[in-house]
Amino acid sequence: MTERNDVIIIGAGHNGLVCAAYLARAGLNVLCLESSSSAGGMSAPRTLGDDYQFPGLAHLSYPVDSAIRRDLKLDKFGYLPGKAIDTIALDAGGNHLTIGANRVSGDGLPESDEAAYAEFRKQYLDFAEALKPLFGNKPPRLKNIPFADKTTLAKIGWNIRMGLGRETMYELLRVAAINIYDVLNETFEDDRLKGAIAADAVMGSAMGPRTPGTVLTWLQRLRGELGGPMSLQSGGRSQLVHALTQSAEDAGATIQLNTHVEKILVDNGKAFAVELSNGEMLKAKIVISNADPRFTFGKLVGAPLLDAMFANRVSQIRGAGVVAKLNLALSGMPEFEGLADTQLANRLLVAPSMKYIEHAFNHSKYGECSEHPVLDIAIPSLHNSSLAPDGHHVMCVNVSFVPYDLEGGWEDEKTTFAYKVISQLGQYSPNLKSLIVDHEFLTPQDVETQFHAVQGHWHHGELSIHQSFMMRPLHGAAQYDTPIDKLFLCGAGCHPGGGLTGLPGRNAAKRVLELGGAK
Amino acid sequence: MNITHEHFRQALQRTPFHDRISALSTTETWTGWNTYKVARVVDKLSAEYFAVRSGCAVMDLTPMEKYRITGKDAYAYLDRLLTRDISTLKPGRVTYVVWCNDEGKVIDDGTLFQFGEQDYRLCSQHHQLDWLLMSASGYDVQIETETHDVAALAVQGPTSYSVLTAAGIDGLEQLKPFGIVDLHCGDIPITVSRTGYTGDLGYEVWVKPADALRLWDAIFSVQGQYDIQPMGLDALEMVRIEAGFVMPGFDFNTAESTVRNGYDRSPYEVGLGWVVNLEKGHFTGRKALIAEKAQPIKRRLTKIVVDGNKPVGEAFIYTGKGGKPVGEIKCTIWSPVLKANLALADVDYVKGRLPEKLWARFDYQRELKWRTAWAECHAQSKPSYVPEHKSATPPDRF
Repeated sequence: MTERNDVIIIGAGHNGLVCAAYLARAGLNVLCLESSSSAGGMSAPRTLGDDYQFPGLAHLSYPVDSAIRRDLKLDKFGYLPGKAIDTIALDAGGNHLTIGANRVSGDGLPESDEAAYAEFRKQYLDFAEALKPLFGNKPPRLKNIPFADKTTLAKIGWNIRMGLGRETMYELLRVAAINIYDVLNETFEDDRLKGAIAADAVMGSAMGPRTPGTVLTWLQRLRGELGGPMSLQSGGRSQLVHALTQSAEDAGATIQLNTHVEKILVDNGKAFAVELSNGEMLKAKIVISNADPRFTFGKLVGAPLLDAMFANRVSQIRGAGVVAKLNLALSGMPEFEGLADTQLANRLLVAPSMKYIEHAFNHSKYGECSEHPVLDIAIPSLHNSSLAPDGHHVMCVNVSFVPYDLEGGWEDEKTTFAYKVISQLGQYSPNLKSLIVDHEFLTPQDVETQFHAVQGHWHHGELSIHQSFMMRPLHGAAQYDTPIDKLFLCGAGCHPGGGLTGLPGRNAAKRVLELGGAK
Repeated sequence: MNITHEHFRQALQRTPFHDRISALSTTETWTGWNTYKVARVVDKLSAEYFAVRSGCAVMDLTPMEKYRITGKDAYAYLDRLLTRDISTLKPGRVTYVVWCNDEGKVIDDGTLFQFGEQDYRLCSQHHQLDWLLMSASGYDVQIETETHDVAALAVQGPTSYSVLTAAGIDGLEQLKPFGIVDLHCGDIPITVSRTGYTGDLGYEVWVKPADALRLWDAIFSVQGQYDIQPMGLDALEMVRIEAGFVMPGFDFNTAESTVRNGYDRSPYEVGLGWVVNLEKGHFTGRKALIAEKAQPIKRRLTKIVVDGNKPVGEAFIYTGKGGKPVGEIKCTIWSPVLKANLALADVDYVKGRLPEKLWARFDYQRELKWRTAWAECHAQSKPSYVPEHKSATPPDRF
C-alpha cells in the first residue's frame, strides 16, 4: 500500500471501533488493523468446535454510552441493548437471593436490608451521576489547566456540591477512597447480599472487598448502569461490536482483519507508520493504539524511543489479570437447585459472603488458585438459541480470583483447575457435569496471549485510584496523546477505563480532533 | 561487591589511602563525600594548589561513584541515557558525559570509560544507582556499583607524567588525553587513564583497594626527586574553576534533588550545550531539550572575571552599578596563576542575550569591618587556564 492513511488504529476492539467511527465521521481516512480474525477484541464472539458459539470474554455489559449510540447512529445499524437481567446470588443451601436494579428478595433476607438496598442503590447511582462529567471527557490536567479542563472540573464541582447536596457530598467524600467492605457492613446485614455487591465492586481487579479504593471501582461499575441495566452479550446482529463495525465502515473506515502490528515506527520523536508481522510498512499521519499501554509503549514503541522515567512508569503500571474464563458446551439444560428454569436466564453469582471473596482473593495474591473461587455464571443460549444446537446450551463462567503467575506454572494445572471449577459448579447444579460436551478454559495467561492484554488484565491496567483519572494509564499520557508525537491511545488502559462503554475510544477521537486531526 | 559491614561503626568510611593521608594531615579538615572521609586541605592550600599548577598533586578519588555497565544492550542503554553521541567512543577511550531527566534537566555529569565491546564504567560525583536502574527498564544490561571495589588516585600537574614514570610505571608515553591503558606499577596491576578535573596534565590511576597503599608508597617514593603534594578538595575547587569545569550540585541544582519548580537547570543553561546532540536519535530529555532550544535561552551559568582583587565571595550580579539584579555568583576563587577573581555566575538572559554590562555587588571585610563594593564583571567564552603542556603527547619530561 503506497497511499498514506490519515489514521491507523491498532486493534479493532470496541474502543478502536468507536474511535475509528468518530474519526471517519469527521472526514479522516481511517484504517483499523486487527490481529485476530474478527473485530471486537474482548467482546468478539468465540466458537467451540463447529456447533457452539460463545459471547466474548466480556459476556456481561451495560448499554454503550448514550452519546456514542446517538453520534454513531448505532440503532440504525441494529444495535439493541440486551434484555435486562437480575443477579441471583447463589447459596449452597438453595436459599438464593434475587438482586434487581432496585429491589432484592429471597428467603431469610432481613427486612431492613430490603429497605436499605433501594436507598443504597439510589445514593450510589447519584454519586456516579455526579462524577459523570469526569468520565465523558478527557481527565483534566492539574498543572497549566486548559479551559476545557476547567469546565470539566467546574462541572464535577457543581455536580458534587449542588447536585448532591451537602450531606450527600460529605458522604461521597467519606467513602470515595475507602473499601467496599466497611461500607457494606455499615449498610447491610445479609452476607449473601453483601457478597454479591462486593463481588461486583472487585470484579476484574486484583482487589478484595477490604482493599482501599473498592468503593471507587464500584462507582466505576455503576457509571455503566446510568445508561441502562446490565444485560448479556448473546451474539447476533444486535450486538455492540456488530453495529460499531457497520457504523465505522459506513463512515468510510476500513477494518482490516488478520493483520498483526509488530512495531510503531517513530522518526525524530514522531510516529509515522506501523510495521506488520509480514514486514510490510503502513504509513499514517496519526497512529492510535487500542492496545494495552504497557504493550503499546513496551513492545510496539519500545523503551529506547521513550524517556527513562516515562518508560519506567510504564513498567510499573499495575495490572495482573485475576479472572479466568470457563466456557462450557452442554448437551442439555443444567438444573440448579432452588431455581426455576426461567430464572436461569439471569446472571448467577457464587460469592456467598465478603469473607468468601476475600479468601479467594488472598490465594491469588500468593500465586495460588482458591479452592473456592468467585464464579459469575451465565447461560447465553437462553437468550439466543442459535448459539447451540437444538436442546443444547452454552454456559460461560468468569472465575475470579485466578492468578496470572500461578506458582509452579499453568501448564500442568490448567485442566485440573478447570475440573475443580466444574465440580464446584456441581454443588449448585448436580446434573451439570453429565451435560458437558466440550470446554474451553482461558487463564489470565491465555487472555494475555489471545488478546494482547498484558498479564491478561481485562481493563489494561488496574482501576485503582493511583491509576485513575489524570493518572490513567500514567502521568505523561493521560490525555490520550503521548510523549511520541502523533501517537495516541484509545483503549481501556485510558481514562475512564474498561467495560463496554466506548468512552476511551470516544474521548481519544475528540482529543485527536482537538489537536488538529490529520493536519 | 565487596562491602565490609563494619563501616557503620564510623560515621564516614575510610578510603584505602586514608592511613597515609591521615598521617600527613596537619589541618585535620575532613569532609564527607559519598560516605567516605576526605581531606579538604591536607597541609597547606597554597602548596597543594601550586603542586597542581607547577609540580604534581595526588588526590584520593576513591569516593567517586563508579558504575560498571555491561550486557548486550550496554551501548544502546548508554546512548539513551546520555545526551552525547557516544557512537564514536572506542574501547580504551574516555569521554565526558551528561545525563538529564525526562524534563531535560541535568541530573549529573561524569566520565564514561569504555573498556571493551558493551563494557563501560560510568564515573560520577553523586550517587546515581537509582537513576541508572530506573533507566534500565526495557534493556538487557547489568549495572553494578564498583565504587568500593576500585580505589583511585588523581595524579595531576605538569610533572605528573615524570612522577609516575619515576615511580616505576612504564608505558604512559604514548597515552593520549582521554586514553586508558592497563599497566603495572612494579608488580601492582593498575589501570591508568589520562583524565582529570584540574585542567592540567594529569592521570587517574585505578587500583584494587588491597594494593592501594603500595601504589601510594610507590608514587611518594620519588617525593625527594619531585614536588609531590597530597591534595584536598579545596585546591581542587580552585583549579577546576580556573579550568572552567562546572560542578553539578554546587554551581547548580541537580534535577533529581531539586524541590522548587524551576530551580533545576538544563545543559544549555549551565554551558553544557556542547555535550548535547539532538541529532543522534532519542535520549532521555531530548523532547524537552528540543522544545527548550526553540525558545530564547533564559539564563546561563557564565564564566566571569571580576575586576579588582577583593575576595568576591557570594554576590548578586546587576546590569550595572546600581542596576537591575540579573543573577548571582555560584562559585568564585582568587586565581594565583592568573592573578584574577574568577567566578561562575548564574545570569538571566534578556531576550536570549547576555546583558551587556554585569556588575557584582559584594560584601567583604577589612580587619573585621564589613564593607560593600561594586566591581565590573567580564564574561569569558573560554576557560581561563588552558596550558599547552596539558595536551602534549608525549608529555614534557622533567
